[in-house]
Amino acid sequence: MTRDLRRMRGRVAIVGAAEADEHGKLPQKSAFALHAEAARNALADAGLRKDDVDAVFSAGLWMGSETAEYVGIRPRYIDGTQIGGCSFIAHVQHAMAAIDAGVCDVALITHGESGASRVGMPGTRFGADSWRLQFENPFGLAGPPTGYALAAARHMHEFGTTSEQLAEVAVATRKWAQLNPRAIMRDPLTVADVLASRMISWPLRLLDCCLVTDAGGAVVVTSAERARDCAKKPVYVLGTGEASTHVMVSQMPDFARWDAARMAGERAFAMAGVTHADVDVAELYDAFTIVPIMALEALGFCGDGEGGAFVSGGRTAPGGAFPMNTNGGGLSYTHSGMYGMFTLVEAVRQLRGECGPRQVADCTIALCHGLGGMFSAAATLIAGTEVP
Amino acid sequence: MSEYKGPIPLPTPETRPFWEAARRHELELRRCRTCGRHHFYPRAACPHCLSGDLEWRRVSGRGTLHTFTVVHRGQRDFPLPAPYVIAIVELAEGPRLMTNLVGVAPDPTAIRIGMPVQVTFEDVSSDVALPRFRPA
Repeated sequence: MTRDLRRMRGRVAIVGAAEADEHGKLPQKSAFALHAEAARNALADAGLRKDDVDAVFSAGLWMGSETAEYVGIRPRYIDGTQIGGCSFIAHVQHAMAAIDAGVCDVALITHGESGASRVGMPGTRFGADSWRLQFENPFGLAGPPTGYALAAARHMHEFGTTSEQLAEVAVATRKWAQLNPRAIMRDPLTVADVLASRMISWPLRLLDCCLVTDAGGAVVVTSAERARDCAKKPVYVLGTGEASTHVMVSQMPDFARWDAARMAGERAFAMAGVTHADVDVAELYDAFTIVPIMALEALGFCGDGEGGAFVSGGRTAPGGAFPMNTNGGGLSYTHSGMYGMFTLVEAVRQLRGECGPRQVADCTIALCHGLGGMFSAAATLIAGTEVP
Repeated sequence: MSEYKGPIPLPTPETRPFWEAARRHELELRRCRTCGRHHFYPRAACPHCLSGDLEWRRVSGRGTLHTFTVVHRGQRDFPLPAPYVIAIVELAEGPRLMTNLVGVAPDPTAIRIGMPVQVTFEDVSSDVALPRFRPA
């Protein structure tokens, strides 16, 4: 029996958050260059120096310590947990535990991925004798869209979710992107545009799919005590959760329900001691339009099968009742491949009130939720400006 | 046979009997002697109860279509021309597997989740046959 995690509320805080200097198509920059830029910018944001860092967390590398070598840090705590794009949100939970245990003091969590240009990236992880190449690839699995389409089709079958409802996610997210000068896709977008885009893997069309970019981001986590001496107002970690149910999509326990998200979300809410109505802004990983719909259901913002109706009518768009993916998301802002880091960066900025025209009014509690693999893993973070 | 351009699986010790059965156009699954449940993909430990007391069982090859996608932008050089259907089939014995649905138009209006399907094997090399499924 694990101990009641409520005692951990607000013990640590995010004190720095930033992206790499630029993003998009950057063939002149390796994945490590993006890690380093993001690390530099996040430490500057925190008012900390490289030598203050004693713990390095990262994912998507050959070894977890590679970033540390590249930026010249000799950490006493290293975490290379790789559970897909939500890894960095899980790292916040791991950092919380390590800092509270006194094993480390200042945790640097970095992400850098040359997702479009593929410069300095680890090679394929899958040999011909891997489970994936034995039992999935021989049937023509062609990257993430085919896998996510299997869940989308089952969701539509069980609940009557429509292509129009999927498109609503892309349209609302684009409206937020239009308020973010850094977002890559800022042209106006309608439901009809999404439905007219070419089919990639039925029922997912091109504009149901995220971008593919080169990008990086980083956050810095330390104790609440030390956070009060940092450059900006601390963003307190109130609740965390992570879970994994499978890796390959063919092993997904329930194609219409995201079990890992339910497990991660329940823990995060229980630890934070806040209600769904308390959440002012939600940053939900949106690799495909079906993903936030299934996240909203799994996290309990609506019931199973109600996600399509939930996102309809511009509810998640600027001015809607439920501000979601306010940076423009993976669909319109950026998506390096492991997007979860950018949910953290945006949540920190919203809680600090730094978001200019896209700022959510009176934003005191934010929820970040990440996706790993093929609905395989999930990590949830609830953060706030105060400890309730 | 003409040279097959798609990915050909390379068996591991725990999967070799599955692929050897497939070559004979038979579908075999691992079954746990301790808890009685089948599983897929084949493992050296039961994913339900962790028992190592496992046996191979020839199964019916019958199942139902659990979910599917019609792939328009497919794997490069994949031998089935796009659009093709990737399916998750739930076997009568319980486990699900990924496969292709063949013998039906690659049209979502012609395919029904829940429809009964039956295994059919395609020899893709002298050593390997792939289990695909067709409407039963």
